Amino acid sequence: MWGMSEPRATGTARVKRGLAEMLRGGVIMDVVTPEQAKIAEDAGAAAVMALERVPADIRRDGGVARMSDPSMIEGIQAAVTIPVMAKCRIGHFAEAQVLEALGVDYVDESEVLTPADEAYHIDKWAFTVPFVCGATNLGEALRRIAEGACMIRSKGEAGTGNIVEAVRHLRSILGDIKRLTVAPPEERFGWAKELRAPVELVQEVAERGELPVPMFCAGGIATPADASLVMQMGAQAVFVGSGIFKSELPEVMAKAIVEATTHYADPSIIAKVSRGLGAAMPGAEIAGLDVKLAERGW
Amino acid sequence: MKVGVLALQGAFREHREVLDALGVDAVEVRTPEHLGGADALILPGGESTTVSRLLDTSGLRAPLAVALADGLPAFGTCAGLILLAREVLDGRPDQVPLAAVDLAARRNAYGRQVDSFEAPLAVRALSGGPFPGVFIRAPAIVSLGPHVEVLAEHDGEPVLAREGAVWVSTFHPELAGDLRLHERFLQELT
Repeated sequence: MWGMSEPRATGTARVKRGLAEMLRGGVIMDVVTPEQAKIAEDAGAAAVMALERVPADIRRDGGVARMSDPSMIEGIQAAVTIPVMAKCRIGHFAEAQVLEALGVDYVDESEVLTPADEAYHIDKWAFTVPFVCGATNLGEALRRIAEGACMIRSKGEAGTGNIVEAVRHLRSILGDIKRLTVAPPEERFGWAKELRAPVELVQEVAERGELPVPMFCAGGIATPADASLVMQMGAQAVFVGSGIFKSELPEVMAKAIVEATTHYADPSIIAKVSRGLGAAMPGAEIAGLDVKLAERGW
Repeated sequence: MKVGVLALQGAFREHREVLDALGVDAVEVRTPEHLGGADALILPGGESTTVSRLLDTSGLRAPLAVALADGLPAFGTCAGLILLAREVLDGRPDQVPLAAVDLAARRNAYGRQVDSFEAPLAVRALSGGPFPGVFIRAPAIVSLGPHVEVLAEHDGEPVLAREGAVWVSTFHPELAGDLRLHERFLQELT
């Protein structure tokens, strides 16, 4: 816009991870229409995830779930000023290229859509747009980071409104990080083998005591107290999929979860915002599910 | 000396880490009670629409405006600049800035995330070579009042400025891995 006279470097690890850092303490909301995107922005969402169906509906409808129609994503981009993310199928680098061409701000290589490749995830280093990927354990998180993911979200079980899987995945990732930090250095090679992850990343985690990229939580957050729970456990921001627009009063629920995420450690504020929310989304028992989305990806 | 970091949403942790590295006592500010006792306030990057809304729900907006009017030193980076500006272009109609520095800012002036970039900056009042500028969905300063001093430019446009004790940058010094700008801001507080 101002003539590129001075040097500038785009797509660096620092600017790609940097946007994830700017989303800390925020709520990223799934939206399926420009109207929902406006409601999310009005409520204080830090970003929106543009998709055709929320996970609860993908689960109900079955069939193959793919990248959204570009015109639908563009409609949402035009409706809001906050970052817009969109999902591509695991391993489907052509869908990711389309999303990059559309100018989405983050690509979610997501298990919520039907995987396109049973062996390989996308080489995310090849892109200027940053990627977020799901993980259920530390090894999976480090493999995604090795492939170039700039943000990790614990997977949980999308579309269930049941927080139990998100808690399991967070405990697994954070617990292993804690154990790794106190393991003697010579055991890190064994950890790398066990985790099926590069030893350099294992070393980095052992020394920093956290992942080298921000870790957010997704999959099953349906109330302000759910957001508080996962933030207190160590998530740095939350993705809310079906939990907002499958609830009885989406605008009220959206605002409440935004406030709960900021003030996660203050129970009196969580109590205040939890009043008068109407019904949360109907939940599902994990044991009763036909398809477990979290098992997609490797 | 105690420096507050507005911690409603965004990269407040990175600012805290810079303050820790400089040996400065830092406090995260989420409610009006946290604001009392802070000798200066850093407003971090994040989503300005989100933080603006949370300023209202947390009850922080009024006491913060009073403190700034009373001369509280402040440093706003990226979204923090937008919050401190006199006027916001391409924002939401209900996005009311704190008007602590006499400039107008345009949100997302460089485009989308694929246009986010790094560039070395020559900063006046900093010795030791260029400062690493990290611009993420950055705003632009589109007009300046007569009392605003420009401290750095990129492509001829101001990217770092101050008006008295209020500093603003369109980039993220907290992501630079370089403590000099925070150090320079804090120098005048002691």
